[in-house]
Order: sequence, then C-alpha cells, then structure tokens
Amino acid sequence: MIEERFDAIVVGAGMGGNAAALTMAERGLKVLQLERGEYSGSKNVQGAILYADMLEKLIPNFREDAPLERHLVEQRFWIVDERSHTGLHYRSDDFNEEKPNRYTIIRAQFDKWFSQKVREAGATVLCETTVTELLRDSHGRVVGVRTDRDGGEIHADVVVLAEGVNGVLGTRAGLRGRPKADKVALAVKEMHFLSRETIDARFNLKGDEGLVIEAAGTISRGMTGMGFIYANKECISLGIGCLVADFQRTGETPYGLLESFKRHPSVAPLIEGSEVKEYSAHLIPEGGYKAIPQLCGEGWVVVGDAAQLNNAIHREGSNLAMTSGRIAAEAICLIKSRKAPMTAKNLSLYNNMLNGSFVIKDLKKYKDMPALLHTHSQNFFLTYPQLFSKAMQDYVRVDGTPKLEKEKLMLKSFIKARSWSGLFSDALRIARAWR
Amino acid sequence: MEWTVQRCPAHCPGLALMTKQMTMNEGAKNVPSEPSGRVEDKLFYNRYLVDSGPAHIKVRPHTTPSPRLLSMLKACPARCYELNDKGHVEVTVDGCIECGTCRVICEESGDIEWSYPRGGYGVLFKFG
Repeated sequence: MIEERFDAIVVGAGMGGNAAALTMAERGLKVLQLERGEYSGSKNVQGAILYADMLEKLIPNFREDAPLERHLVEQRFWIVDERSHTGLHYRSDDFNEEKPNRYTIIRAQFDKWFSQKVREAGATVLCETTVTELLRDSHGRVVGVRTDRDGGEIHADVVVLAEGVNGVLGTRAGLRGRPKADKVALAVKEMHFLSRETIDARFNLKGDEGLVIEAAGTISRGMTGMGFIYANKECISLGIGCLVADFQRTGETPYGLLESFKRHPSVAPLIEGSEVKEYSAHLIPEGGYKAIPQLCGEGWVVVGDAAQLNNAIHREGSNLAMTSGRIAAEAICLIKSRKAPMTAKNLSLYNNMLNGSFVIKDLKKYKDMPALLHTHSQNFFLTYPQLFSKAMQDYVRVDGTPKLEKEKLMLKSFIKARSWSGLFSDALRIARAWR
Repeated sequence: MEWTVQRCPAHCPGLALMTKQMTMNEGAKNVPSEPSGRVEDKLFYNRYLVDSGPAHIKVRPHTTPSPRLLSMLKACPARCYELNDKGHVEVTVDGCIECGTCRVICEESGDIEWSYPRGGYGVLFKFG
C-alpha cells in the first residue's frame, strides 16, 4: 500500500480528468492522477475538435504552446445517398480571429501537453497504472482505489471518476450501470496523411485554416449514425459511428461501413493517395440527459464521458468533459476550504453547480432527441436522405420537364414514401424534440 | 488463429507489432466473410504492447454461442471474435483497440468477462 494519503485521486487522464486534476492542484490540493496508458493520451480517442472557451477557463494562454492543428473556418453538413451529397456549408472569415473558437486537434499529442500542465500545477501523475476497483469502508464510503501495481491500494478523501465512456469502476462498485447498447455509439476512425499543400487545395484552405465535414444518410445504412472528416495540418481524421444496438441488430461491420464511406464519390477524392497511419475505435455516449447517472456519492464524483455527458446533436463531448471536470474540482476545493468531509450531501454541490452550467442545460434541451432519432433511424437516416437527394437532382437537372410537374412529382415521392400523416408527425416530432 | 509478435521498422521502429497468421489446423471457412475492409491491414497500422499474461477479455465456455456473442463476430471493430471449428466463439485480444463494444453487448449477460489491460499494455495510440 502507498502510505501517502491524497486529498483527491483522479482516475483517468482524458479531458475531464485533466481538467479536474489541474484545477485541484492549482488550488493547492494534493492530487494523484492515475492513467492506464503509457502516457496521458495514449489511450484517448476523439475526432477531434477542441472548443477554446472551455479550455481558456482552465489555461487562459493555451494558444501559446498547445499542439493545435487548424482553427475551423468552415463547417459542412452533408446529406448523402449512394452517389451524391447535398450540402449546407457555412464558412466565415470571422473565424480567422485573434483567438479562434474551435480547433482540430490530435488527442494523443494534445493530451500529452495537457498532462504536462497538470504536472506543472503540482499533481502527481502516475501512468501505466490501471485502477481495478474502488476501496470502500465499512459504511460503503469510497476511501480510495486499488490498482494493478504491487501493493496498489491508495487512499484519498475523494475519488474523481474520469474513466471515460467505458468506465468499469463505477459499474463494479454499483454506482452506475453499464452503458446500454442503445445509448452509446461505436465510431471507427482512420488517420489519413497527405501533404499540407494537398489538404489546403482539396479543402480550399490556407495557412492554419481548418474545416469539418459531417455527413449523414445512406452511409449508415439505415442505422442511427454519422460520418465525419476533419482537416488537420498534415492529415485527415475520417470516421463513422453508429449506435451499438444498430450494429448488433443489423450485423453491419464497423470497418465495412468505414470502407464504404471512404469510397463514396464525394469522399474518395479528398483522401486519394493518402497514407493511413492509424485505425482506432471508441464509444460515444448518445443517451443524452436521460442517460446521466448519479453524479456523486459518499467520497466520489463522476465527470465527462463516464457520466455520459455528451451532446450528440451538436457533437460536443470534450468540452462537457472539461467543464464537468473543472466544476467537480471547484466543488471539491470549496468543500475542502470549509474543512468539511466529502460526503454525498456536501458533494451534491457539484450537482448543483453543473445544473447551473451549459452542460446540463444543453443536454436537457435535447432530452427527447436521442429517443426520436434512435427509434426512427430508417426514416431519418435512409428514407429522407434518399428522397432529398432525388429531389435535389430533379431540381437541378434540366431535361425539358415543366417545373410545376417536377415539383408535383417530388411531393408525390415524399408522400408515397412517408404518407401525409407520416411527414406531418416526423416534422412535429423533430420540432418538439428540438424545443 | 495465432498472433505472433514481430518487429516492423517501417511503421514503428523498436515496437512490437503483430501479424495474424493462420495455423495449420484451422480452415479458412471459419473466418467470417467480410469483403470490404481488411481489418488485419488496419490493425497493422497500430502499435501494441502485448501482455503475455491472462487476456483482458474472456469468453464464458459454452456449447452453443448466444446471439449476443455471435453478433460480436461482426460488431467488433478489430475482429477479435471468431468462430472455431467446434462452433464456439473465441476471442483473441492481441489486436483489441479497447473500445468496449463487446462489454456493452455481452458483459451483463455473462457471455464475457471484461477488464482493461494491465497498466501500460494493449494498444498504444500515436494519434488517438
């Protein structure tokens, strides 16, 4: 057993864990952070987009030395069928600002940098250490952790569970259930390397300008899912994710889906001639507000993906992780400053503070969205994209058919596929869930 | 199916990489057919530190695999799950990218036992 006692143990060195460890260490708490990877970042997988605002609250001058890829100036949403895409593109020179709002990053590199900041703040970071269980006292209070190192029991006043979407400790300790197959997506991703000039030319970028493409439609074969393409400096992150329950139900393979997405006529030219250097997979919490477990208890709090804090509609996760990690740490520091014990009652301060933040407010706004998209995936991810693509083609193709006739045919195709009542209720469902 | 540890200077000097090799007593018929996406090629891009100790995922011994277990033949993104010639589902964790999909599908029912690899072992992402 490590005799040393800590104010707080943070399990995991992702966005949530680093934010929590940094915040507590900066405020003078004695912090131990445990990470199972060979270094902080080596097990972490994300697209990835970094949201500056949430990092600024932790490290105001992060732009000086953080390994950032490109700042985003353009967002493309694509609705795709087999051979086409219909795009909504937003590009603005306003994003070429002094302090850009969003960046592409490469997590393994970024997290290594983030971890350095955590160490500089005074936290002890122990890598290559897998936490195997939570230590409980006779009253069931969490009093520390057991690791896979020899004599690996370590004690602390509070344990911050930042163990990620697939965290096993909370489940083993009965603090929360396993992620459910219809509440998490499986995403697979490849890193495609190309020269900087090639990426600039293919995506119409210059300097450190970056771009995001998000695509939904027939690429997910009727499953609830989405493809993504992020431009980094000298590589492209390309991936696709769908609900685990949909993979289970359909027998589709994640890599089969990825290959099809890469071969899509709108995607293939973007990655042509690239060298792939990594293939990764990760789960993404998709259950939204209704899937959030208990966030704190006697001697513990849970943050980030482990708490299923992910806004699937806006594809925001790492910022929710950073914010929840920071807020949990602030709550712990406040309790500590009052010399009060880390009881469930006292730690509920974290709950209250999080409820007042954008994290819970945003998730609450979309609380009905996951159920809607997950139960009507055939319509939203297959039927409508097909109808829409066909309508777009008819609209732009000039073939001598009178326009009025074209419009009638378009409407007919929608009604035939979904019926008037189906169209009406789909529109109503979306409007309601969006409120 | 057997994993061997090899050095691959082209991709990652000094680190263990693996290639999947067919053993003599195994028929190709047992490999689920997947025309698109050669997973073995994809895994070859990755770096791993293979643990020679107990595997971090274990399949419960069975006579007939459950539908959940069978779904892993397709759902596992690293194709770690395969059907052997006795019709049992087997897992080979060396190429595992630690996503947790099989845990989500198969742990609660007891079809598999799931833990993270020992500290430092398993996949080592360069980019993540």
